[in-house]
Amino acid sequence: MARIVGVTLPSEKRIEVGLTYIYGIGRSKANKILEEAKIDKDKKVKTLSENEINKIRQIIEKKEKIEGDLRKDVTFNIKRLIDIGSYRGLRHRRKLPARGQRTKTNARTRKGPRGHSIKRLKAK
Amino acid sequence: MARSLKKGPFVDEKLMKRIKALSSQKEKRQVIKTWSRRSTVIPEMVTLTIAVHNGKRFIPVFITEDMVGHKLGEFSPTRTFKGHTSRTARTIRMKK
Repeated sequence: MARIVGVTLPSEKRIEVGLTYIYGIGRSKANKILEEAKIDKDKKVKTLSENEINKIRQIIEKKEKIEGDLRKDVTFNIKRLIDIGSYRGLRHRRKLPARGQRTKTNARTRKGPRGHSIKRLKAK
Repeated sequence: MARSLKKGPFVDEKLMKRIKALSSQKEKRQVIKTWSRRSTVIPEMVTLTIAVHNGKRFIPVFITEDMVGHKLGEFSPTRTFKGHTSRTARTIRMKK
């Protein structure tokens, strides 16, 4: 079992995919990390040696912004938009899409389940 | 797509002139009225108050440092949507 920065990686998957279980690392970043660590990306997580895991850990800690720090960053950015009173901040405050998507229909990801909307508007 | 760095941020020339005139003076209390919602907020505008037209009125916007890089129009909403009448209110009205 490999734990990297507080996340347990799935042992049955290839390391390239396994690394994407960490918030802030997708496929391309995973590949970049593995290339730098000179580890075969098709290797299963369970077959990695302690050495290799440590190497990955080092690279991630040194270079990448992940998990808590990244989440903090994102919420801080949203808070900034809200505080300066911009249109995007306004949309965030109302939990509506912020990038000009239509809201006549769809937009269910932001709005939540149908018929739920009255409560949402009142809360703000 | 992002604007070319070579050109620098876009600010309407008319607005630019007024900002330069204001910042050369000591007096900064004056409010600049503008229709130029498309202008970018640049560092020179910080601490100024700019009244940005929203199609109907001028909304006074006090420029802070965080706003640099956004467009003026972002701070002057053009729509007034107060929400639909709530379901409970409607049913009460119908009963009467």
